[in-house]
Amino acid sequence: MNRAIRHTWVVSVVMFLSLFVALSLIQVVFTDNLNSDGRNSRQIIADAGAPRGPITVDGAPIAESVPSENSQYDYQRVYHDPELYSSITGFFAVSEARGAQQGIESALNDYLSGQSDSQFFDRVTALFTGETLMGAQVELTLDPALQQQAYELIPEGQRGTIIVSDLRNGEIKAMVSEPSYNTNDLAVHSGTQFAENLENLENQEGMHLYYNDAVNRPIFPGSSFKLITGLAMLESGDYELDTELENPNELDLPQTERILPNFADGGCSQRAEAELTWIFAQSCNTPFAEAAMEMGEDALLESAEAYGWNQSFNIPLYVNPSQFPAVESDAELAYASIGQASVTATPLQMNMAAAAIGNGGTMMQPQLVDTIRGSDLQILSSPDPEVFNEVMDSSTAADLTEMMVATVEEGTAWRADSNRFQVAAKTGTAQRGDATETGPETYNTWITGFAPAEDPQYAVTVVYEGIDMGTGNDLAGSQMLTMLEAVIEE
Amino acid sequence: MPAQHETHPRPRRNIELVLLVIALTIGIGAQVLVGLNLEDAIDQRYWIEGGVQAALALTFHIVLRLRAKYADPFILPIVVTLNGLGIAMIHRLDFTGQYEGVADRQLMWTAVSMVAAMALLALLKDHRRLRQLTYISLAASVVLLFLPIVPGLGQDIAGAQVWISIGPMSFQPGELAKITLGIFFAGFLANNRDLILLAGKKIGPMTLPRVQDLGPLFLAWLIAMGVLVVQNDLGNALMFFGLFVAVIYVATSRISWIVIGGVFVAAGAVLAYQFVWHARNRFAIWLNAFDQQMYDQDLGSHQLVQGLFGLAHGGLTGTGLGSGSPQIVALANSDMIIVAFGEELGFLGLSAMLVLYLILFSRYMRAGLGTRDHFGKLLAVGLAVVLVLQVFVVVGGITRVIPMSGLVSPFLAAGGSALLANWLIVALVLLISHAARRPIVVGPMLNTTGEGASGTEDPLRGRETGQQHPVQNDAVRQQHPVPAPGDGERA
Repeated sequence: MNRAIRHTWVVSVVMFLSLFVALSLIQVVFTDNLNSDGRNSRQIIADAGAPRGPITVDGAPIAESVPSENSQYDYQRVYHDPELYSSITGFFAVSEARGAQQGIESALNDYLSGQSDSQFFDRVTALFTGETLMGAQVELTLDPALQQQAYELIPEGQRGTIIVSDLRNGEIKAMVSEPSYNTNDLAVHSGTQFAENLENLENQEGMHLYYNDAVNRPIFPGSSFKLITGLAMLESGDYELDTELENPNELDLPQTERILPNFADGGCSQRAEAELTWIFAQSCNTPFAEAAMEMGEDALLESAEAYGWNQSFNIPLYVNPSQFPAVESDAELAYASIGQASVTATPLQMNMAAAAIGNGGTMMQPQLVDTIRGSDLQILSSPDPEVFNEVMDSSTAADLTEMMVATVEEGTAWRADSNRFQVAAKTGTAQRGDATETGPETYNTWITGFAPAEDPQYAVTVVYEGIDMGTGNDLAGSQMLTMLEAVIEE
Repeated sequence: MPAQHETHPRPRRNIELVLLVIALTIGIGAQVLVGLNLEDAIDQRYWIEGGVQAALALTFHIVLRLRAKYADPFILPIVVTLNGLGIAMIHRLDFTGQYEGVADRQLMWTAVSMVAAMALLALLKDHRRLRQLTYISLAASVVLLFLPIVPGLGQDIAGAQVWISIGPMSFQPGELAKITLGIFFAGFLANNRDLILLAGKKIGPMTLPRVQDLGPLFLAWLIAMGVLVVQNDLGNALMFFGLFVAVIYVATSRISWIVIGGVFVAAGAVLAYQFVWHARNRFAIWLNAFDQQMYDQDLGSHQLVQGLFGLAHGGLTGTGLGSGSPQIVALANSDMIIVAFGEELGFLGLSAMLVLYLILFSRYMRAGLGTRDHFGKLLAVGLAVVLVLQVFVVVGGITRVIPMSGLVSPFLAAGGSALLANWLIVALVLLISHAARRPIVVGPMLNTTGEGASGTEDPLRGRETGQQHPVQNDAVRQQHPVPAPGDGERA
C-alpha cells in the first residue's frame, strides 16, 4: 500500500511541475506577447498611468503628472488653480474607459503623452535606456493675472464667458467660462470616486464638463451680429456711414403675421430717420432688417463666412462652427440680420470678428499654444502668427471702427467707455424665447470690441447666457472695460 | 538498541508553534501591507482582525497539544499561512469597488471553520471511528450532492447549480461531499480490500475484479457523475473521478484498477462532452482562448484571457500587493484569486504558494504512509488527492494546462463552504498523523501478561519490517534488571 501511496505522490508532484512550467511560460517567457495584446487593458492602464507632460502658463504648471504612491496607475494628474483653467485644460480621467480627455489634454494628447511624430526619437531612446518616456511640455499663451481677473469678474451662479485676445497675432490672453469646476475631481484614480464626483458635478446647474462655452457652444448673438450685417451693407456699396435710413419702430415682415420691433426702451424711437452710424450705435433693428431683405441672403452669408461662420477650426481646442444656415424666407433673413432666428455664434467667433475689424480687416488665427517643448526642453512646435482670413479692406474696417466707437461714446456700449483710451465695441441682447409661466424670458447679453481704437491691440468679448437683460448689459459693458484697462498698458 | 531514545517520536509541537508565529506574521503582515500600499488607515480594525487570526491559530495549536500532540507540525502553519494570504488578497480586492466586505465574511468563515475543525479533532479523537460510518457517508454524500437540485432550496449561480440557500446564507453542500465520499471510498476499500485482491479472474497480466466487488463503487461513481452532470459542475466531477481512481489504486496497488478507473473517467468525459454544452464550451475555450469570436461570446474566453494577461502583467516579481489591477478579471477573489496573487506577487510569490501546497499534500500523504490501519491510509491519501486535484484543476485551468472548470483554490478563495470543508479535512489528517506517530507502547508500565503480550505494536519498531514485537524488549529489560546473582549475599 505504501508503495502505491508513493506512486500517487510522484504523480501529484509531476502534476504540480506541469503547473510550474505553465506559470513560468506565462509569467516569464511569453509576457511580452501577452502584455502587447490589444485586449489587455493593463497596457491601457499603464499608458493612462504614464507621466504626461505639464501644461504651463507663464512657465508655471497648471497641470502636471506626479508619481502616485498607492495606485495601479503610476502617475497622478494634478491641476493647479483648477477652477481658473478647467474650461481650457479639460481633464484627464484615467478611470474612464481608455483615459478620457477633454480640452488641451485631448487636443494635444499626442504631445502630452509623448506619442507625437516629433517625439519619435524620444520614444526610441526611452525604449533602449528603459527610462520612463516623458511627455512634452505645453506652454499656453494665457496671462495668469488676466485669467484670474476674468475669473473673478464673473459672478457666481451666472453662465458667462470672457475672452481677451491680442488682435495683432491672435494669441488668446484670457479665456474663462463659468461655471467652472475642480478638474482634480475627475482626475482621481478610483473608478467609484470618479463616478461619484462626476455625478456631483453634473448635478450642478449649468455645469458642463464635456465642452467649453467659449468655443463649443454657439448661441444667438443678437445685435452683435450687426458687425456682420454692417459689413455686408458697407461692402454692397449702397450704404455709407452717413446714409440716412428709415427707422420705423416696427417692421411688418412680408408673408407673415410677424412684426420685427426696435427695442421699446432703446433710444431708437427718438428718430424716425437717421444716418447709419447713429442707427448702429443705438442698435436699431428695423433699418438692418430692411437692408438685409434688400441685399438678399447671399450678401449676408458672404459676409458671415468671411468672418468665419459655418466653419470649424482648432486653436488647438476644437472650435464649433458658428451657424448661418440657409434661410427659408425674407422674414427669417430679417431676423437673421439682427442675430436671431437660426443664426448662432460662439463667444470666440464674436471675439475674432471684433479683432479682425481692429486689425484693419485681417483676421488672425486664434492661438492658445505658445510653445511645445520636448522633455529635454527642445522646442517641438512654436506656432507662428497666422492669417485666418482677409475679411475686409482697411477702409471698411475703419468705417466699422468708427461706428463701434460711436456705439461706445453715444450708444448702447456706453458702459465700456474709458477715460484712458478710445474703445470700439458692439453690444448684443438676444431673446432666447424661453419665457415660461414660472419665470420671465432670459437673454444672451453680448459685448465685443477692441481698444485703443486709434491703435488697436486687444479684443475683448464678454457674454452672459440666460441672464436678465439689465444685469447682463451692466455686467458685460463694465467688465469689458475692466479687462481692457487691465490688459492695455498705460 | 542505543539509538532508540533518539528516534522515539517527539510531539514536535514547539516546532509548530515557531512555524505558526511565522505563518501569522506572513498572513497578517500581508494584510497590513495591503492597507499601507492602498493608503488605508492602519487602525484597530487591522489589529482586531489580526488578533482574531492569531487567537484562532494559537487555540488550534493548544487543542493539538491536548488532543493530538503527535500530529504533524507542518500542516497547521502552512494552512494558516495560506488562509491568511487569502484573507489579505480578498481584503485587497475589497478596495477595488467591485467587492465589499468580503474579507470580513471570509474571516468569519475562517473562524467558523477552525472552530468546527477543533471540535471535530477534540470529539472524534481517533479517525478509525469514522470507519463505522462508511455507508452512512455514502448516504450523506448522496444527500449533500442532491440538495442543490431540490426545488426551492437550490440556486443557480453562473451556470452551475451547486448552491443551496438557507435564509440569507448560501452554501455549497457538495464541498462537504469531498469528505464524506473520501470516508466512504476509504471505508469500503479497507473492508473489502482483501476480497477484491483475492477474488477475480486473471486475464493476461491483469486481474479483473468480480462484478459484485465493483458494484458499490460503480454506483457511487454513477451518482456523483449524474448529479454533477445535472448540476453542470465539471470541476467537482473531475475531482471525484480522481479521488475514486487514486484511492482504489492505493487500496489494491494494481494497475488494472487505474485502467478500469481511467475507462470510467474517459467514459464520463465523453458523455459530458456529448451531452453537456457547458463541458463542450469549456473545451472549446481551452483550445481557442485567443480567438476573437471566442473572446467576445457570452461565457467565452474573456475571463481566461484576462487572467493570462494578469499573470503576464505580474511577471517574475509581481507588481506588489495593491499595485496591480486584479479586479479586471471576473471573480477575482474566488475562482480567479490565483491570478490576483500571480499579478501582485509575481511568478516567485505564486510559485512559493504552490510549493506550500506541495508540502501540504506531501504531509497529508506522509500521514497516510505512517499510519498503520488501512482505513487511515486510504483516507489520508484520498484527502491528499482531493487537495492536489483542487489546486491542479484551478491553477491548471487558469494556466491553460487543462480546460477551466469551476473549483476554488483551497484556503485562499472567498467562499465559506470550501473553507469549512478544507479545514475539516485538516482536522482529519491531523488526527491520522497523530495516530501515525503516536507511541503506543509505554514500556515499563506493561508486563508480559498484560496488553503488550498480545502483540500491540511499537510504531518505531514495526515501521521498518511490519513485524509485531512483543513488549519485552531491551529497554524494558534494562530498566527492570533480572535480580542479580548477588542476592544470596544477604544470607
